[in-house]
Amino acid sequence: MTTSIKKLPDTEQVLSGNGACGGCPATMALRMVGKALGTNAIMLLTPACSVASMGMTPKLGYNWPCINICFATAGASASGITHAIEIMKEKGRLQGELPTVFSWVGDGGTYDIGFQALSAAAERNENIIHFCYNNEAYSNTGVQRSGATPRGSFTTTTPTGKVQPKKNMPMLMLEHNIPYVATATVAYPGDLYDKVVKAKNISGMKYIEILAPCYLGWQFDMADTVQMSRMAVRSGAWLLWEAENGKISFNSPSSHIINGKRDADPVNEYVMKQGRFNRLLNGADAARRIAEIQGDVDREIAFMRERAKIMI
Amino acid sequence: MRTAQVIMETGAHAAALAVKCARVDVIPGYPITPQTSIMEALSAMVEKGELDARFIPVEGEHSALAAAVAASAAGARVFTATSSNGLLYMHEVLHMASGGRLPVVMCNVNRGIFAPWTLWADHQDSFAQRDTGWIQFHCSSNQEVFNTVLQAFRVAEQINIPVMVNFDGFVISHCFMPLNVPAQEDIDRFLPLHEPEWRLDPAHPSSFSNVTNAAEYASFRQMLSQDIMASIPLVKEAAQSYKDITGMWDGDTIDTYRMEDAEVVVLAVNSMAAELRLSVDILREQGIRAGLLRPRLILPFPAQDIIDALPQNAQVMVLDRNYNFGHHGGILASELKSVLFGRRHDITVKNRVMGIGGVDLTRRFMADEIRAMLDE
Ligand SMILES: Cc1ncc(C[n+]2csc(CCOP(=O)(O)OP(=O)(O)O)c2C)c(N)n1
Ligand code: SF4
Ligand SMILES: [Mg+2]
Repeated sequence: MTTSIKKLPDTEQVLSGNGACGGCPATMALRMVGKALGTNAIMLLTPACSVASMGMTPKLGYNWPCINICFATAGASASGITHAIEIMKEKGRLQGELPTVFSWVGDGGTYDIGFQALSAAAERNENIIHFCYNNEAYSNTGVQRSGATPRGSFTTTTPTGKVQPKKNMPMLMLEHNIPYVATATVAYPGDLYDKVVKAKNISGMKYIEILAPCYLGWQFDMADTVQMSRMAVRSGAWLLWEAENGKISFNSPSSHIINGKRDADPVNEYVMKQGRFNRLLNGADAARRIAEIQGDVDREIAFMRERAKIMI
Repeated sequence: MRTAQVIMETGAHAAALAVKCARVDVIPGYPITPQTSIMEALSAMVEKGELDARFIPVEGEHSALAAAVAASAAGARVFTATSSNGLLYMHEVLHMASGGRLPVVMCNVNRGIFAPWTLWADHQDSFAQRDTGWIQFHCSSNQEVFNTVLQAFRVAEQINIPVMVNFDGFVISHCFMPLNVPAQEDIDRFLPLHEPEWRLDPAHPSSFSNVTNAAEYASFRQMLSQDIMASIPLVKEAAQSYKDITGMWDGDTIDTYRMEDAEVVVLAVNSMAAELRLSVDILREQGIRAGLLRPRLILPFPAQDIIDALPQNAQVMVLDRNYNFGHHGGILASELKSVLFGRRHDITVKNRVMGIGGVDLTRRFMADEIRAMLDE
């Protein structure tokens, strides 16, 4: 059973008074992550909203030691820290339980510029958790396209809508044969919490990607972050799943969509609530464009359903 | 002083042995000719249990230095090595290390850079990183490589600034020379365990490299600039203390040869400076009162020590193994001129660029060049 939101620990690792936008999905997700990880952790960040949000020197809005590193280097830097603390413990220079080493990185730092170092860290099966909070664009620099931006979406570098579909990053991570991969989103905090607790107790490389609907980039009302996250899941535009040692299982409610017990909502409503799509959907080609977006979602659902049948 | 052993080693292996003697904790590494043998030697030592460290076989130099920087921030003693395009690929992370005040030590095995392709020595790679805030040494022998790596850790950890130890590809990295390896207890006396004042520690949450306001940023940069200058006495103290403990001496910020009554001073760094001792002897036989001034430290540039070492009315022949694009000649000559300006009107400076991409620099060739420069 998924942990109920009422049962989550009181620990707050995200402190009040940080610099995120109201309704920021990245910060909401980080709060849940903090409840699962507790205080004994070291946090790495790459240039992104979550760095801009953490408060300026010497103040710090996150209750961990935090290191902001070069954009492309999350995989490599986290590896460096893990090896450092492990060898220092072996040599008797550190005592007690070793902290969890985790990276908190956007889709830009994960899908794009950080892909090489992350792939290498996964191939080496480094003992780290890489979180990708995926707001489907480079929000911090003013909303440019990333490899996670879905087809048809407006960004400042795709002013007439992105032509290519997004890539399936969690699957790419799974294909590195790492012990744990999971997807989550802010509308399902208990699901996220449970996945982080699980990851914390697995040794080796863990990858958790969190869909983070960002009102600024997606252009919806700031108060609707959670609702947008829920609509993404109900429409099948975001699937909740996890894979332990390569075996994929789906979490509710995505599991019902996958096994056919419940139809996914049409993407129409989800898409039309977001300015990044609907500003481009008032022309003569609107129906074709929506069909394209629906086609991408349907394809991913069908692909994941089939891929999950491979149980070796 | 107890010399534990004298062995025959290449410059690359001398560097690896020094890293072992420094009891390094973490070594991220990536191959590039002619540096590769350092990483191979270190990974073998770790694998065989001769060196109690973690070797991280990363997928590129950008990651190698990133892992080094992060491991250093976690409190470990860290080493990596590179060459040529590998060093250039690290560029933004070089700044992260110095701006972050992390005492990483790195060997750069000097090699010319793309394009076109070359495998052999010149100094464009490290001079291109002159303004990254690293302390930079240049070594002229295998023994000096060994000694300097140990001195580099001591200085880096005293002042929290990363140190780059440069030496020429092949000429030093792949040539065998006798190597004195001091007893481990002597090295431990010279280089105590690394105990950083600050590290990433969950018991004391703090941010590293967070956003700063302009005044804070400016003060961080000012401190870095000042501390780089303040490393000069530490470099001297490290060389002296190393000599007291091991009996070995390569010079401190500079090294000189036959300078007492010199009228013609040759200034150069790295392996060519070793060969230049022989050129100086040839010139002396020909009746030219020549001497050699070899900066070991090129960043910070040891201005005062150079000024003090130059005899009255000397002609300085700077032999650069790099280009100062946009100017005539090389970067060392520009550095020297900027130091002399307004301070030593009696000195004349002449400059030639040579040895680019591994062009052979023999004692006779260089002696001939210096004689020709006298007539210019
Ligand atoms: C090497 C480098 N290139 C570009 C940048 C500029 N930059 C800072 S944050 C950012 C986008 C971050 O996007 P993402 O990782 O998705 O995080 P988000 O801002 O969306 O939270 C970019 C391009 C940088 N800091 N470093
Ligand atoms: S732009 Fe989006 S992701 Fe960035 S702080 Fe604001 S709400 Fe959060
Ligand atoms: Mg993003």
